[in-house]
Amino acid sequence: MAAAGYRRGLVDLSKGQISREIFVNDEIYAQEQERLFARAWLFVGHESQIPNPGDFFVSCMGEESVILCRDRTGQIHVFLNSCRHRGMKVCRYDEGNTPVFTCPYHGWSYGTDGKLVGVPYFREAYHSKLDRSQWGLVKVAQLTNYKGAIWASWDPAAPSFAEYLGDFAHYLNQTFDGWDGSDGGTEILGGIQKWRVPCNWKFPAENFSGDSYHNISHRSVDIVGVGPSGSGRRDMPELNLAQKLHIAVPDRGHQTTAYLLPQAASLPPAYQHSSVVSDYFRECEAARHRQRGDWGRLITLVGEVFPSMAFLARQPRTIAVWHPRGPHETEIWRWFLVDKAAPQEVKDFLRDYYIRYSGPAGMTEQDDMENWNYAHAASRGVIARRFAYNYEQGKGTEIEHYEHEGLRLPGVVVDLTQAKSSEHNLRNLYRRWAQFMEADSWDDLMAQPHPAGVPQAAE
Amino acid sequence: MMDQKEQLSRLLLKAEIEDFLYHEAELLDERRYEDWLKLAADDIRYWMPMRRNVKFGEQQREFTRADHDINWFDEGRETLERRVRQIMTGIHWAEEPVSRITHIVSNVQLLEAIPSVDAAAEVLAKCRFLIYRNRVETETDILVGKREDRLRRVGESWQIARRKIILDQNVLLTKNLTFFF
Repeated sequence: MAAAGYRRGLVDLSKGQISREIFVNDEIYAQEQERLFARAWLFVGHESQIPNPGDFFVSCMGEESVILCRDRTGQIHVFLNSCRHRGMKVCRYDEGNTPVFTCPYHGWSYGTDGKLVGVPYFREAYHSKLDRSQWGLVKVAQLTNYKGAIWASWDPAAPSFAEYLGDFAHYLNQTFDGWDGSDGGTEILGGIQKWRVPCNWKFPAENFSGDSYHNISHRSVDIVGVGPSGSGRRDMPELNLAQKLHIAVPDRGHQTTAYLLPQAASLPPAYQHSSVVSDYFRECEAARHRQRGDWGRLITLVGEVFPSMAFLARQPRTIAVWHPRGPHETEIWRWFLVDKAAPQEVKDFLRDYYIRYSGPAGMTEQDDMENWNYAHAASRGVIARRFAYNYEQGKGTEIEHYEHEGLRLPGVVVDLTQAKSSEHNLRNLYRRWAQFMEADSWDDLMAQPHPAGVPQAAE
Repeated sequence: MMDQKEQLSRLLLKAEIEDFLYHEAELLDERRYEDWLKLAADDIRYWMPMRRNVKFGEQQREFTRADHDINWFDEGRETLERRVRQIMTGIHWAEEPVSRITHIVSNVQLLEAIPSVDAAAEVLAKCRFLIYRNRVETETDILVGKREDRLRRVGESWQIARRKIILDQNVLLTKNLTFFF
């Protein structure tokens, strides 16, 4: 690796220290674009955003603009949003329906399947010799529909999305399944929030990986209460009964916070202000327990699929993607999910809550953005860069084979019930990050050793 | 042709509305948030949609819908009160230290007066806003757009019954919206 950019030791998990360089260094940022964003599986959008043939939604993969669209036959594609002739964006609308994407520059046009279907002066200027079959829109190398969520990778050598997720599927499922456990039973509410924050994209990525330590920064919202019953942030009465866990999948770089209820627990009533809402959630909880069996005891909360997709699986139920916009700027996109089958009153109630909680106007997240902004700003100087950040919280408390009342959870777990907080999940994120920066092949990436809860790679 | 009396009534009403909007901006800029809340009707709807880039002819899809979609703001008095209380805790870090904010309100148009200009109990007023926010050291945001306010006469003054805020941005270029429009 170039000396000016990434080097071994910047992420030193044996000491629990990470250099500020990885957040503020221009060279490392450029390397990330190749090594992470051009290789990893990235979240692009949701099938409920493009229900009909010809529907499209313009999304991003890293710095790149892409078009998520459904062709005439109903097949879903993801294309680079750039004309093959001279690079102009072929679509500058956020979403819509179209039979064809026509480049405004020289008029090349592409079908919703990406094929080049129109070339002005094809006969006269190209003498009919241009091989149009070779000049369709650039397609992602791989695409998958996972419970309605569309993911893509630019790397043909990447493993399947299922392998990429590994054991984390157990935890990601709750974001996209209905609250009653129904497979992929969610849909996106209209309106995707997009906004800019002056910080490196890894600040929000680590926050959503499970920064359980930053609760103090949300004290003001806890005092005034935005939760569904008007108290706290999220109103989670079940939390008092549950084991609170950090769960990380070490060889994949995904991690989440979760609550595990005791077997005998009957959930305390929630969403009491409205009987329609409280009935709905109570019935869903019961149905989920019936369907999932013992797994129904697990409730995932906030987590991150490596590298840049974050989720909140409980209410407010959202997906966030951290799009890098240079080392010092991030564009955040936020999707909001509700159960497809929920009564309208439940959807309305949740929408109201989501808006006051999340995003730039959200009373909780406003304070997060302030922290990321000024943590980044104060880490840029040559002196500041000499001093690593501390990530040693909870080191050595990882449990490799966690089991609770007979339920064995895959991944490496830290029990926060007594400890309150750990940085286990954050270390997991940066361990994987360093592996991506170092490993030249997917063989190397998918064969990372991780003995005894304290993974070795990049340490 | 309007007769002179009607013209005069209209002018007086417009001046009254302008005075109200300037007074409101003054309260916000002077951080008198609790006084500002008194100008909000109990049933106020405070709505700021997001704006999409859409094809010509599809403008009806440009704005996210109130009471239906995700918006930047779509809330009533209860949430507005919570926002004020949050600032007043003194530990709402996104507004601590507090921002320096100026609201410039201009291009005031009187779109509707119910039942009449002479005896207006409710008006619909449109204006342009420019909000300048500067905080901490050099952090600066400029937000420009239009506002449509449905105002209700209450005694000698007015209350805001509905505020529609149209910001001229697609990707929000401000990290957070910790202030009022």
